[in-house]
Amino acid sequence: MQYFQGNYPIISKKTLAKEIYDMEILCPDVAAEAVCGQFVNIKADGYMLRRPISICGIDKDKGILRIVFEVRGKGTKAISQLREGDMIDIVAPLGGRGFELLDSGKKAVIIGGGIGNPPMVGIARHYGKNATVISGFRNASAVILQEDFAKTGAEVILCTDDGSAGRKGFVTNALADILAESTPDIIYACGPDVMLRGICKAAAEKGIRCQVSLEERMGCGVGACLVCACRTIRDGQEYFAHVCKDGPVFDSKEVYPNE
Amino acid sequence: MSEKLAVNFAGVQFKNPIVPASGAFGYGREYEKFFPLSKLGGISVKGTTLKPRNGNPAPRIAETPSGMLNSVGLQNPGVEHFLNVELPNLKTKDTVVIANVAGANVEEYGEIAAMIDKSEVDMIEVNISCPNVKEGGVAFGVTCDGAAAVTRAVRRATSKPVMMKLSPNVTSIVDIAKAVEAEGADAVSLINTLLGMRIDLKTRRPILHNNVGGLSGPAVFPVAVRMVWQVANAVKIPVCGMGGVSTWEDAAEMMMAGASLVQVGAALFADPYAAVKIIDGLENYCDEQKISNISEIVGTVKPW
Repeated sequence: MQYFQGNYPIISKKTLAKEIYDMEILCPDVAAEAVCGQFVNIKADGYMLRRPISICGIDKDKGILRIVFEVRGKGTKAISQLREGDMIDIVAPLGGRGFELLDSGKKAVIIGGGIGNPPMVGIARHYGKNATVISGFRNASAVILQEDFAKTGAEVILCTDDGSAGRKGFVTNALADILAESTPDIIYACGPDVMLRGICKAAAEKGIRCQVSLEERMGCGVGACLVCACRTIRDGQEYFAHVCKDGPVFDSKEVYPNE
Repeated sequence: MSEKLAVNFAGVQFKNPIVPASGAFGYGREYEKFFPLSKLGGISVKGTTLKPRNGNPAPRIAETPSGMLNSVGLQNPGVEHFLNVELPNLKTKDTVVIANVAGANVEEYGEIAAMIDKSEVDMIEVNISCPNVKEGGVAFGVTCDGAAAVTRAVRRATSKPVMMKLSPNVTSIVDIAKAVEAEGADAVSLINTLLGMRIDLKTRRPILHNNVGGLSGPAVFPVAVRMVWQVANAVKIPVCGMGGVSTWEDAAEMMMAGASLVQVGAALFADPYAAVKIIDGLENYCDEQKISNISEIVGTVKPW
């Protein structure tokens, strides 16, 4: 695995929802190396620390990476102000461990909560009709990426907290219904901590393997500075792993051993 | 690489004066995915303790104007892992290896230094200034007696060049530098991070789980230049300057203030090639200014 840092052109930019942006970056060297579940560390003009953003799509033939991100603060705001044709300064592809994809004939449940949805598109594409995607949002105005999930051939269950789009309720309710009737080979999840805990608990109860993608405030993004610590259990001992290098994808038993 | 940048620091030959700072560069394995480590003058490795340490809970980092706070808390795999796994790898990289060590008490500093003394490490940097651990670290760096006691213990334990890394969180860094010089330190490096704090307005909680942490980045650069200048004027041993160095101009400024070696830390997070760009920039500077060796500019500031 090689890391790249460089300025690459933004070849398209769209607004998907309020403060949620979709950018395609032409970076063939990065795209050639990138795998599902990795991230890019983006320079925000005026700020020292880069902002880690998950990869939503990798087109190796065209050499394009797609990122979908939400404005969370001043740094992501600055990145969101870049326009089509501008150059974006990225360090990528980062993440020592992406999603582990099983044979595409296996059954997968793929769960995204809010801005945790973008990294799940690539997994849905891998499993296609053998996947069920549970895609959750606060309300209808926050819903993104439904066409992208539909195109993969996966069954898609849209949930909103207030019922303004799709099914009313949390993704964990939809998951409970699925698990009552079937046992998938693997569950993937990305989203808020409370959501991940619920999913990991449900997976553990049925003995289903579960992988989660985490986020944490980062420094270098490559595993040298050790700031993005994540409490894990290794060989029965507590160990602070690092989201950038040891993850961002972890097995649920490593990070939520008690759920 | 020409000889223009070659420097001798405390008896150790460096191909150039630029060294990634401890804590910013791990043991080099990550940044090697960007460039060959042989480009660097040396590497000051992650702070190493006698036993493995898990460090502090997250969040361990907060952005600040032109800088950052960190509170990693000396997470490291311990000195045995360093000597058995990391050092043999680093010794194949054609660059100077500086071990960075911290102890929980004076005896421990001596014990680690004795273990490293038998190794192929080129130099030992002694951290008496980490602001992020309760035991050890900065406790020794803020008094002349504490700094002197650690220096004495390390000096007795090793014949390798010893560089004491000083804290800026003191009334007089000059007095501390003189105290470690008197105990036989071969060099000093400064500054470690400045103690700082940020608070989240919504939660009213400090952003760092450790509440407080060390400030680094361009924000601290002028403080570092001032302290390097003061210390370089007060001691005879060489000074390694660090604190917010991000560009070759910063490095040259640090050297004019009196540093004969320069470490680069937080700048690497903004640009993984920062150290390499600084080296190339210094080389061009020497060419343009017809400087035959970069050491010629050390301490050449002309104060008013």
